[in-house]
Amino acid sequence: MLGLGKKDFTLFLAVAAITLLAPFILNPFPTGSGLAQFNAGYPDLMQRFVIYGIFAIGFNILFGLTGYLSFGHAAFLGLGSYSAVWMFKLLSMNVIPALILSVIVAGLFALVIGYISLRRSGIYFSILTLAFAQMAYALAYSVLTPLTNGETGLQLTLDDPRVLDGGGRPTSLPVTELFGMEMRDTASLGLGAWDFTFGVGFYFCAVVMLISFYLAIRIFRSPFGMMLRAVKSNQQRMNYTGLNTRPYTLAAFVISGMYAGLAGGLLACMDPLAGAERMQWTASGEVVLMTILGGAGTLIGPILGAGMIKYFENIFSKINDAVLHQWFAALPDGLEDFLVTIIHPFIGKGWHLTLGLMFMAVVIFLPGGLVEGGQRVGRLFRRRDRKAGGAEAQAAEQRRTPAE
Amino acid sequence: MSRHFTRRGVLKSGAVAGAGLALPTYLRAQESGFTNAPTGDTVILGFNVPQTGAYADEGADELRAFQLAVEHLNGEGDGGMLQTFSEQNLDGTGILGKRVDYVTGDTQTKSDVARASAQSMIQKDGAIMISGGSSSGPAIAVQALCQEAGVIFMAGLTHSNDTTGKDKKANGFRHFFNAYMSGAALPPILAEQYGTDRRAYHLTADYTWGWTQEESIKAATEALGWETANTVLTPVGAGDFSSYITPVLQSGADVLILNHYGGDMVNSLTQAVQFGLRDRQVNGKNFEIVVPLYSELMAAGAGEAIKGIYGSMNWNWQLQDAGTQAFTRSFGEKYGFPPSNAAHTCYVQTLLYADAVTRAGSFNPCAVVEALEGRTGGSGSLEGIDSASNEGFLFDGMGNGPTLYRAADHQCFKDVLVVRGAENPTTPYDNLEIVEVTPVEQVWYEPDHPQFAGGDLGECNPGA
Repeated sequence: MLGLGKKDFTLFLAVAAITLLAPFILNPFPTGSGLAQFNAGYPDLMQRFVIYGIFAIGFNILFGLTGYLSFGHAAFLGLGSYSAVWMFKLLSMNVIPALILSVIVAGLFALVIGYISLRRSGIYFSILTLAFAQMAYALAYSVLTPLTNGETGLQLTLDDPRVLDGGGRPTSLPVTELFGMEMRDTASLGLGAWDFTFGVGFYFCAVVMLISFYLAIRIFRSPFGMMLRAVKSNQQRMNYTGLNTRPYTLAAFVISGMYAGLAGGLLACMDPLAGAERMQWTASGEVVLMTILGGAGTLIGPILGAGMIKYFENIFSKINDAVLHQWFAALPDGLEDFLVTIIHPFIGKGWHLTLGLMFMAVVIFLPGGLVEGGQRVGRLFRRRDRKAGGAEAQAAEQRRTPAE
Repeated sequence: MSRHFTRRGVLKSGAVAGAGLALPTYLRAQESGFTNAPTGDTVILGFNVPQTGAYADEGADELRAFQLAVEHLNGEGDGGMLQTFSEQNLDGTGILGKRVDYVTGDTQTKSDVARASAQSMIQKDGAIMISGGSSSGPAIAVQALCQEAGVIFMAGLTHSNDTTGKDKKANGFRHFFNAYMSGAALPPILAEQYGTDRRAYHLTADYTWGWTQEESIKAATEALGWETANTVLTPVGAGDFSSYITPVLQSGADVLILNHYGGDMVNSLTQAVQFGLRDRQVNGKNFEIVVPLYSELMAAGAGEAIKGIYGSMNWNWQLQDAGTQAFTRSFGEKYGFPPSNAAHTCYVQTLLYADAVTRAGSFNPCAVVEALEGRTGGSGSLEGIDSASNEGFLFDGMGNGPTLYRAADHQCFKDVLVVRGAENPTTPYDNLEIVEVTPVEQVWYEPDHPQFAGGDLGECNPGA
């Protein structure tokens, strides 16, 4: 259906269902209970999940398929954000022109940077992209301050022209909207002890992500995707057969840059501010982590990885000692203090440490990322296919025989 | 797992989903008329400080101060400045009878992350006020967010003119002083010490705060008759400043002004001293170094290098007034060392917010804004300043003498300290000594001063 194979279509439906029901799924604990700390179902974080999901999907098209590890993808994210905010300032608060410009600008820059960087491969390619991204960061942080507002970040002001929105100076800052629907509008649903929040912004991002995900599936399954995979497995051999691989890799680079630009534009649509930190190398590193954590080269892996990292950044960093004391209040004082001391380094400012340990565990034990973890768990519970079962039974039989 | 969608199944799940969505949905904010109105018997404040990155030390100290303020508001501990505050509305029963609870977040000194963290405090934890920040970029970004979301922002350490200048917002308030005030307080002392015939060389951190500070200091020193030999921008977090310091030697300048903060200042100052700048004679005068914005934590980091170096501060624990003593005592008893001026401003901001809510009788941000502008009691103006904008909320007993929260731009006006690195510190904590308390008249400016022009408070926003 929709030009997808049966398996891919099921995957797409599953992702769509999970995304659209995220406000329920991410709020499993009743509001006000001790575990509500772990709820992630509030609009801002859910938006970040899906937006960074888009970013990681795009990155995966380059890294997962061609194996080219770009270490400067955050530059496109930042470019997208700056373009979107400029659109809000100059043209209109509608998100559509903003997103279009973000994608175009990011695509153009990706074309230039890709054209130069793709002359090298392997580590040299990574270093080149890193250099470009750091250059973009330095420019945005100080040199181009009139364009980017430097360290403070580009913001809306009351005096912006906003040509299409019709004159008149507003008394308060306008909000981003889609034909009248305000992005920050939310509705809440109280069901017993639970409280669910649905944001317009989140659902808009979710739809955009589903479209991006669908396109990614199509790319993965297309002859073009096959060509990219061939580049990954042996580029030299491709060259020897007389095939010029550079147009393919460049196309992949530009597509993935446009995905990043789209993600950056969406970030600005949800929260009209663009800061230079978005382009810093740590941000580029983050998307690499997301993709590897989730499973590079798989369809759904990058989305899972993005969600995981954003969850840690936003939820774990907010657990402090006072919260821990509340949790362990029932225990005797000495034990309570002891437990708090033990856990202290891993929460609050120590969330990086927890994430690092987890990343190590994943890379060591599940080289295929979270997706591989899921597959292993799935294999444990799945009813064995009759044939496979037969083969295993035979293998077990063979093994047993010599021992006798 | 069955992959078949039966008609019955689809109808069933569709009906359930439809029923769920048809349940009465409501906008949370509409009940009370403002965002995150506290409903139970607690009220939640959000403390958003850098816990990792270059300003983590400052952030940690701010967090200590916030925790202390919450204790005092809830009637725990010795009450600190509650007794010395000129407004005696806070009695240790929380705010408006609601117990104060708080959530914390890590800004990583990045505008983006700071906004995400503040957003989660507002959307998830229901924070009614956000405070913190240890750098101007994140502070300005979070201030704008709070304006949009309809909660109050009480800025922590932010020294850039823009926070209450071109980026000021109706929902945002700053107690800390700014670069202009440093520029007004410091140069007279410099002229007194070093004479009016000097050539200054600026090394400036290459971002908004650095520029505003350079602009302010340069304007003030040139007004005294100093020449500016050169101004050089240095990248933030450069680490090694030797290549920037060598040209100073050839420039014919006899004063080096370091517009750096945090780790940058520690490095640039230490290296300048190691290069022997302070032992040099130029134009027949001793070469001098000036650090316009000081903090205790930076002074501790620079060690020996800060001896005799002048700078300015918002507050210092060695002041002798009752408010300072009360705060320093309770902070020292709890943590074992004196508070920094970052801690002081955060502590004071929390109490000021609590007091404003009490005077307003409501958590509604617009009522709080009115209270902090002095429109619901506590209104006054500073003595000795003849200006139409000299009005707002006047208070005392918070360690800075009489202080005005100016209604026109939500900036606090108070005396500014000029300090010097102590020659013979006896403990690790008295490494700075107070040279002069510059009276507030001298650091006063009009809201439309060119260095602050271009902004607009706009209207207060209570959220939905």
